[in-house]
Amino acid sequence: MAKNLLDKLLDSHTVKTLDADHRMIYIDRIFLHERTGSIALKSLAASNRTVQRPEQVFCTMDHIVDTHPGRGDKTQMPSGHLFIEATRHSTAQAGIRLFDIGDANQGIAHVVSAEQGIALPGCTMVCPDSHTCTLGGLGALAWGIGSTEAEHALATKTLVLKKAQAMRVTFNGKLSAGVTAKDMILHLIAAHGANGGAGFAVEFCGEAVRELSIEARMTLCNMAVEFSAVTGFVAPDEKTIAYVKGRPYAPTGERWDQAVAHWRTLQSDPGARFDHEIVIDAGSIEPSVSWGTNPQHSMGVSHPVPSPSENPEAEVRSAMEKAQRYMQLEPGQKLNSIAIDAAFIGSCTNSRISDLRAAAAMLKGKRIAPGVAAVCVPGSSQVKQMAEAEGLHQVFIDAGFEWRESGCSMCFYAGGETFGEGKRVISSTNRNFEGRQGPKVKTHIASPLTVAASALTGRITDPRDFL
Amino acid sequence: MSTSNAPIVRHSGVAAPLLQANIDTDVIIPSREMKIVSKEGLGEGLFANWRYTLPGGREANPDFILNQTAYRNTSILLCGNNFGCGSSREHAVWALREYGIRVLIAPSFGAIFYNNCINNGLLPVVLDEDAIREIAAACTDNPQTQQPLINLEEQSVTLLNGSQYEFSIEAAAKHMLINGLDQIGLSLQHAADIEAFEAGDRDQRGWAYLGV
Repeated sequence: MAKNLLDKLLDSHTVKTLDADHRMIYIDRIFLHERTGSIALKSLAASNRTVQRPEQVFCTMDHIVDTHPGRGDKTQMPSGHLFIEATRHSTAQAGIRLFDIGDANQGIAHVVSAEQGIALPGCTMVCPDSHTCTLGGLGALAWGIGSTEAEHALATKTLVLKKAQAMRVTFNGKLSAGVTAKDMILHLIAAHGANGGAGFAVEFCGEAVRELSIEARMTLCNMAVEFSAVTGFVAPDEKTIAYVKGRPYAPTGERWDQAVAHWRTLQSDPGARFDHEIVIDAGSIEPSVSWGTNPQHSMGVSHPVPSPSENPEAEVRSAMEKAQRYMQLEPGQKLNSIAIDAAFIGSCTNSRISDLRAAAAMLKGKRIAPGVAAVCVPGSSQVKQMAEAEGLHQVFIDAGFEWRESGCSMCFYAGGETFGEGKRVISSTNRNFEGRQGPKVKTHIASPLTVAASALTGRITDPRDFL
Repeated sequence: MSTSNAPIVRHSGVAAPLLQANIDTDVIIPSREMKIVSKEGLGEGLFANWRYTLPGGREANPDFILNQTAYRNTSILLCGNNFGCGSSREHAVWALREYGIRVLIAPSFGAIFYNNCINNGLLPVVLDEDAIREIAAACTDNPQTQQPLINLEEQSVTLLNGSQYEFSIEAAAKHMLINGLDQIGLSLQHAADIEAFEAGDRDQRGWAYLGV
């Protein structure tokens, strides 16, 4: 029978079928970070359970660490060092490889796990962090879990998984210049709702997806969770294999050949069944920006802020009104006229080297608008080093950006750092929730290109104006 | 109030409506309220951005529903679609539990959040929006006395006016909640199966195994 990719990934990891809907799934890789991983390890030790295969478990410092140059254990959040110290202690006790502050390979979990070859096509991977689905860009079955589930995975090497339904999202045709993977996923969520993927694992395919770089595919999959999907993934192809080859934890020799042979089988078979299909014309996608307090509240940058009164559903209407009150926006206001206070480039969504290259190409030789605060936080220490070797850091600095050490940083007010109460921020991150980037902060999420263009003009700007 | 997975079979209590859709875990507990490496001490941070007048402050915002006298001792939240979406932070569930919430009723929940509820003795009841609006309407005159009764065994919500709503829940989740079970303990009973799978899998997918 023709199998879809989700079936193939699940079947190859099924330890046991528990009932009609639940399977015990073998977990190949576990990644932890200092905020939720520290609690999982502490709780596991307190219940006298052990980490079963520490060699397959990794941990990084990303969520709370300071990102200012010359950082130590001290964070912007008063008690942040407690998480850092506890993580250092518990990972050492359990024999887990930690990408600590100062480690040349430290960085955001989902950036590090790909660049180190820890996440692999055809692997199951979990992390107590909702954006673990990023690694679906490599063709891994990767998803975010809670701390208790992380303990479960550490102690049993498995998770009990409810069978997700299979959705296929096909992006036909080609993207226009200035339109990126970030715009694709914002377009999908805006069109089909923040709840549109609930209960589904989403396979992204179509010409526009095939043409994306592996890093861009990770951006696309990163926000599957914002669509409420269990996860998202792209079938591995020759580009994926070339990306993985030679990475520190990737297989070598005979095992590499064995892996590649397996990865080449990881596509949905012709005629495979999907529970739901969405087809999108990639050519119709514009650079997208959010106007509200959920990624669903996004639209093409050339559009006006929508009018709640035109929506037939009372609940949607009141949510839109509440979002616009929080964002201090009026219906009809042009998105690309809204003045910004700050610009942020970073996060597991858009902080890889290709993101920084794209933003730097736009910023080169220019200065950001007066009064705009701008920060760039590379996704990993490796990305930072690569960018510095290419001179990108100087482009950012010359343009007026701060150039930081790697971490999650202001994506979620992580170390207690913010651009300031009530500021309006254009951000390459994934969540425009109320208060996400600090008290009363008004977040507009967009691609790094749109963030760079907006930083230059001081208002939300269509990046195509600079192409 | 403990954050452990205490059994829940039947529960009645004050029900507060928070019917907005997409209430995310950043709203349930903001990042800066997770101050120590612990599952405890989080109740105070619950809904901090809405509940207090100032960021990081502790002065009660009188407009927030849970601060109103009529809703003191709330243990049931009536919620909108996709409650608990966003960040995987289990702190959201620990904070709800510590505050005293035992039952959430929503048309749908964030997937990771839902599992976190089951693992911590917090009952997530799925009902359609109309039913939830009716329940909310039936409890607003006097929330302290108009307490819904949730019966997990029978999978029903009963109001004082006699209305009853049946809900479905997966058998495995129900079993866990009613008995206050620990999934890790249950799964470890399959240790032999896990070892057997791994032995076979190492032959087939040796490339996926590190350090051997």
